[in-house]
Amino acid sequence: MTATAHRRHSRRVTLRARGRGRAPELSARLDLRVLAVLAGAAAGILAAFVVGVGHGDFPIPPAEVLATLVGQGTAEHEFIVLELRLPRVLVAILVGAAFALSGAIFQSLAQNPLVAPDIIGVNAGAALVAVSVIVLGFPLGLLAPGAFLGALGAAVLVYALSYRRGLSTYRLVLVGIAVNAAIGAGISYLLTRGEINDVQRATVWLIGSVYASDWGDVRLLGLALLALVPAAVALGRHLEALQLGDDVARAIGAPVERARLALVVVGVALAALAVAVAGPIGFVAFIAPHIARRLAGTSGAGALPTSIAIGALLVLAADIIAQRALAPTALPVGIVTTLLGAPYFLYLLQRANRLGRAV
Amino acid sequence: MAELRAEGLTLAYDGTPIVHGLSLEVPPGRITALVGPNACGKSTLLRGLARLLRPRDGMVHLDGQAIQRLPTKQVAQRLGLLPQAPIAPEGITVADLVGRGRYPHQSWLRQWSREDEEAVERALRATRTEELRDRPVDELSGGQRQRVWIALALAQETGIMLLDEPTTYLDLAHQVEVLELLAELNHAQGRTIVIVLHDLNQACRYADHLVALRAGRIHAEGPPAEVVDAGLVREVFGLECRVIDDPVTGTPLCLPLAAGRRRRNDRVAATTPRGAE
Repeated sequence: MTATAHRRHSRRVTLRARGRGRAPELSARLDLRVLAVLAGAAAGILAAFVVGVGHGDFPIPPAEVLATLVGQGTAEHEFIVLELRLPRVLVAILVGAAFALSGAIFQSLAQNPLVAPDIIGVNAGAALVAVSVIVLGFPLGLLAPGAFLGALGAAVLVYALSYRRGLSTYRLVLVGIAVNAAIGAGISYLLTRGEINDVQRATVWLIGSVYASDWGDVRLLGLALLALVPAAVALGRHLEALQLGDDVARAIGAPVERARLALVVVGVALAALAVAVAGPIGFVAFIAPHIARRLAGTSGAGALPTSIAIGALLVLAADIIAQRALAPTALPVGIVTTLLGAPYFLYLLQRANRLGRAV
Repeated sequence: MAELRAEGLTLAYDGTPIVHGLSLEVPPGRITALVGPNACGKSTLLRGLARLLRPRDGMVHLDGQAIQRLPTKQVAQRLGLLPQAPIAPEGITVADLVGRGRYPHQSWLRQWSREDEEAVERALRATRTEELRDRPVDELSGGQRQRVWIALALAQETGIMLLDEPTTYLDLAHQVEVLELLAELNHAQGRTIVIVLHDLNQACRYADHLVALRAGRIHAEGPPAEVVDAGLVREVFGLECRVIDDPVTGTPLCLPLAAGRRRRNDRVAATTPRGAE
């Protein structure tokens, strides 16, 4: 087998391998800037990981964190690291990755940077069920699966209402905004009817937090992402075709309807999972793909893995800030992401106005 | 050579038929221009030929096979389409956009082969957009942008290219530039080109085969010199005109019999008493 790697343009490396005889040539093209962003984000996640696991009311030095992770720590450290902090850190990473990937998919599909699962009703569907469970006194065990079904239900509703001889992303977004508003009204109604303690609990859930995550959450998210991330990356080629508009996409031979449906399903599943575990952590799905595109300089398939990495780093870092900012009072992570996200949103709008086009 | 043929094709939008039982054989290796008044169905026909619209009745054949039954990727290796005023993803560079035309030749395992690279280089060279390769498409002028989209269709390396009004929104110099490019591609590479054009005179200059549509049916077809005369323009466009030989190319040139600015001079002449001369 022969393999070659060469650079033709400044940013791209092409890898090619040819098998013996009639085996087909394999080829892939890597974007150096995408790789650089992924490496940087990975380093950031690692650093935040060490801080997240080591710091807290009971600080543990990095060396001992490491020892504990490989099974050489004291029983006390083991409990704090493995049972309390590690699941929380991992859930922050996984939830951030899921929200960000979902947002990246929807933004690319809609060719509109202001679109995210928060906006088209997916998170609201989850929230309606979650708030109902809390306020109407259903068993709390129903919260996560109920939220998941709520997100899917809202997505199905939006999909059914916007389907007309094919799915137009434009209609999907408009219908989504309407469904989002309607569900929002339902949530407000429930909050005005509930007992004050329940309402407070529901409000914390609505902000989104990774507090009290356990290994069950980690496993659930981990397994789901193990299926959904490769699916999304595999669909990246089709996503790039769809970005050219339906006519061009069809003309170059992309399975337009099927690819779009598959991407919407993956995007909804990612958001539904994340919101079921952590609540609708604000602005992550919106902001992470933006930062990723800006850093990686691409809106193509390369924006998917970079969004995942940036989203993971964003939620993890935000959660660390949320725990420390007003210590000893810990805040839900959603407050921090919203505080970071809202000004960024305004900045983008202002820039869009100046440039006279969508962001 | 790639062969495209429509048989009894009826195309409809939302149940309203636009093209009625139309049969057309696209001459291989030639430039065919579709002309006709607004809403005569020329763009619809083009979309039907490119299998973007499912026919209500009739069929489109590509190399003797029913196009709707061929795998879409196989069709895309033989037939390309440039729709009217396509929009590029924000921030995409010229080389990246043109590279996306290679989609039908790629797969999961073959994401960027040597052929892909060479096809993109050829397309950039043919459209003279090599210098622009690293520029964002948003920053280009209208004419440059249209050349880049044509490069995308070229990189697809299809024997047949369909273009829907590729000169819309371009100024006169850029219109000529785009049409010259298409003529050159047809001449040098023998590609079959079907083009929807608004301007009858441009169609006469560049087309080998002219198809005049009216109300979803073919009114006349053939070499421009044989089909275009005052009668045709009256029947198809409802316009009185005189047709002369284009002094530059010898092809038919349609001059509308409208007063234009002469009206003012006529009025002056009319108010001048004859005896005063």
